[in-house]
This record gives sequence, C-alpha cells and structure tokens, in this order.
Amino acid sequence: MPFVPHTPEEVREMLAVIGVDSVEDLFAEITNSMRPQSFDIPEGLSEMEVLAKLEGMAAKNATDSASFLGAGFYDHYIPAAVDALTMRGEFYTAYTPYQPEASQGTLQAIFEYQTAVCRLMDMDCANASVYDGGTALYEAVMMAVRKTKRRKVVLSEALNPIYRVMLDSYITNLNLELVCVPHKNGRTDIEGLKAAIDDKTAAVLVQNPNFFGSVNDFTDLFNAAREQKAVSIISSYPVLQTLLKTPGQMGADVAVAEGQSLGLPLSFGGPYLGIMTCTKKMVRQMPGRIVGRTQDTEGRTGYVLTLQAREQHIRRQKATSNICSNQSLCALRALVHMCALGEMGMRRAARLSIERAHLCAEKLTAIPGVEMLTDGPFGNEFAVTLPVNAYEVIARLSDRGFIPGFPLGRYYEGLENGLLLACTEKTSEEHIGILAEMMKGALK
Amino acid sequence: MIPAELKYAKTHEWVKIEGDIAVIGITQFAQEQLGDLTFVELPAVGDTIEQGDEFGSVESVKAASELYAPVSGEVVEINDELEDAPEKVNESPFEEGWMLKVRIEGEPADLLDADAYAALIESEAH
Repeated sequence: MPFVPHTPEEVREMLAVIGVDSVEDLFAEITNSMRPQSFDIPEGLSEMEVLAKLEGMAAKNATDSASFLGAGFYDHYIPAAVDALTMRGEFYTAYTPYQPEASQGTLQAIFEYQTAVCRLMDMDCANASVYDGGTALYEAVMMAVRKTKRRKVVLSEALNPIYRVMLDSYITNLNLELVCVPHKNGRTDIEGLKAAIDDKTAAVLVQNPNFFGSVNDFTDLFNAAREQKAVSIISSYPVLQTLLKTPGQMGADVAVAEGQSLGLPLSFGGPYLGIMTCTKKMVRQMPGRIVGRTQDTEGRTGYVLTLQAREQHIRRQKATSNICSNQSLCALRALVHMCALGEMGMRRAARLSIERAHLCAEKLTAIPGVEMLTDGPFGNEFAVTLPVNAYEVIARLSDRGFIPGFPLGRYYEGLENGLLLACTEKTSEEHIGILAEMMKGALK
Repeated sequence: MIPAELKYAKTHEWVKIEGDIAVIGITQFAQEQLGDLTFVELPAVGDTIEQGDEFGSVESVKAASELYAPVSGEVVEINDELEDAPEKVNESPFEEGWMLKVRIEGEPADLLDADAYAALIESEAH
C-alpha cells in the first residue's frame, strides 16, 4: 500500500470540485501580512557538497572516547541484524495503523513488541510505546491520578534527576503535589517513602536500579502503597530485568522504562523509546495505542488497535492522554534486538555489564582517597566519592579521550565530589585498567 | 419494553424509587443504540452525584458514552458484577444490568413516566 496522500492528479480533481484553480487560490483567504515572509533556508547544494558538509560536521564528534557515562542511557552492543532488518523500507512509514486491513505487518510488529516487554517486566499489558522513559513516567503518574482521583505523588530523590525535571515541567499547571523523599547517601529511603504515603496519595515512584546504581526489592513498599490504595510505579532498566527481581514479581501496578538500551544507539539523546507496561486492572488508564490479537469472521488471526475508547479520536475531552503517537521504529528495533539476543544473550549482556562494573569499582576504590558512595548491591552502575570536585577529574580525563562518568554535583547538592560510572559488555578490562591509572594520575 | 413502574430521564437512564433509595440503570433503547458493551465505568460507593451531571460511562466496541445522573444523592451501592460482565446491561437492562443505588432526599423532579419516555424515543427514532 503506497502511503502517498495525494497525487497531482487527485489534487487537481479536488480543486476542481471545490471550484478553485490552484492550491495558491485555495489559501487566498490568508492575507500576505499573515504569511511567513521567508523560511530563512539557504540555497540548495549538490549531493556531493552536502555530503562533504555533513562529514565535516560529523568529524567534530569525539567518537573514539572510552566512556563510562550512563545516568539512564547505556552504550550496549547492538547486533548487526538490528540495523539490517529495521532498515527495510516497509517499516518506514508515518502511517498510523488504524486500518487493520492495511496494516497487518505494522500491527503484528507492535503486538510482538508489547508481548516481549510484558515478559521482560512480568506485567500483563503494554502499549505501543511513548516518546521516551521520562514521558512514560509522567504518563504513568497520570494513570494513577485518573485511577485514584487523588493529587499527591510521592517519589524518591534517587529517581533519575533528568526525569524529575521532566515531571516538574510536565505538571506545572496540573495542580498536583510532588513529595520528594531525599536519598540517603545514594540509597532509596524506603522507610521514608512508606511514611510519606497516606490516603491522599495517588502514586509512589521509585527506580530500580536507582540513579546511583543501587539495586532494591520494593515488594514491601508496594504492599504499603496498596494498603492505602495508591498506585505503585517503577522505572526500571530493561537490560537488567533478565537478572533482577522484576516489577511484576514486586507487585508494581505500572512499570516503565527507557528502552534505549534495547538496540538503540545513544545518538545524542534520541530518538529513544518509552516503554509502558501495567497490570490488567490499570489497562483502561493506559495512554496511546494498544494492539490486540483477534480472529476475523473466518477464524484467521488478525491484529487490531484495541481499547480505543481511551484514545482521543473517540472522545477528545475524555482521552487518557494527548499522546496519539508511538515510537514504532524504535519499538521495532527493541523487538529485533531482544529476538536477536534471546533470553540467554540478554542475560549474558546483563551479567557481563555487572561484572565489568564491579571490577571497575574494585580498581577505583583501591586508589587512596576514592571511596564507594553506592552502598549495598549494585548492577552495572555505581557512584564513588573523589577527594576533589568531580568536574575537575572529568575535564582532565576527557582531554585525553576518556569520559570517566557523570558528575553527581550537577543535580545533587553536597555531592560535588561524586562521580557516577557505568559499564556495559562493551567496556573492556583494558579500558577499566587505563581509567584507574589515569584517575590515579589525576588525583596526585 | 418500557416498564410502567419506572421513571425515565431524557438521557435514557431509568430510575426505580424504593423508599429513600433510587436504583439507576440505562434503558433497553439505550443499550440497543450502544450495541455490545465492553466496559462500564461507575462511581465509588460514598460519592455524591448531582442530577444532570455525568456519573460514569459505558464503552461499546467502537464508542463510549457518558452516563448522566437522573437524580441527586449519595451512592450507597454499585453493581460490582458489571466490571467483569458488562454484557448484563445488554441482556437485562432493567434487572441484572442495574448500575447504582443512590440515597435520595424527597421525590426527584423532572423525570418522565413510561408514556412520555415512549413518546421521546419515538421522536428520536425519526
């Protein structure tokens, strides 16, 4: 099916019916003063010139740095099959699959993606995805607000600060109360969160592993939330779900994630993938598209967008969300990535990432003055306290092609000497050794 | 199929008065218009509803419609069975498909009797 809206011939036919000669005449109502005078677009260039210009720009990127940056976004290995399969032209359409008779392929791909992320998180239902992990978290909060008709949201300060900033700006005019429970030396303060949940609480928000890399079991917290009829929301790191206790096992009502680590390159921060999953009880609050599998009148399997009464084309004023789009291509990449690795491969990637991070922590804390900040079990990310401001060390090492990590002082007052480091299966032991040597040198 | 003992709202809800309790549901005509219901959203026990305001919604396969309160009062009971079996509203709109019980004060005004409601759907059908 060609997704071309109108051919020149069709445009001519439509204009003839309306009774105008050209598209220009159609818009004659719009006076000149109200039209853009210029789009400020430079003159066109030849293909060769464009290529040279873009290559020149691309060459400015530091692509050969060894990086220990994580903070919610991770440089995992992407199997070649992901690019090869997802570059097929059939997948490149902005067409919304609301007509099942024309979109079985797209719908099946989304359905398989939903199935895969549900299994990963141990949850009942998933939507077709939203823009990114932060958006998914905000939408999860709104699910809880609608479900409980309450306006107080309790969250941990150990939740990714980038998401907390996003939440703040999303809810600026929504008359919600965000209660942020401080972290305790990088730990999620579970007792503090429990104490903050009352009968006015719509939701409690936590992250696993938390921003400092700490791994937690939130089963008790979610039980406490349930007693107050509050909704439990967890933001999790999908790659590690193959090894950690899953949101479903902990009893979460909604589990969201940034899906970038499943087959998407870091790519300067996007496009990424907002994974949203929930229990069956919450599914009518889910925003966006949900694909279901059904049978036609002849008993053949077919895929359709389902539960559409949640969506804005049915009842605009009652829609669960303004989001009516999804990140189909990114979701498809995540699906192909998970299929290419399989359960064993995903576990192996997670285990290797965790092993590397533990080796890295061991090497760094052997340096005099470098202390572990993350305490208790951690995954592939951890925080250390340096004897100097972390920005200094980062500046010194990045000059030599090494990005040692994320400066915690950027978001956490009092942690100016805190450095957050992440490893993946791509982090070599050699890199870890060099980092430790450089760090030693920088701290002398 | 318009029981004579019930009162009706113009928005196709029926009311059965039992002392100070009003039982509320939607009419045979309303469920026919909607088609097979897939979900019924109701308020919680303890909520207060106001005559003429929305108190919930019903979803069918391709559409959703609001439910409007035919009387004012406090919700004392809801039909929990509709959560898992919304089709009861299609099968038995005046009996098993009841939705709410509301405690009312005094006789509700502005409701139609069976004849007036019959005339209303007659006029809507044309």
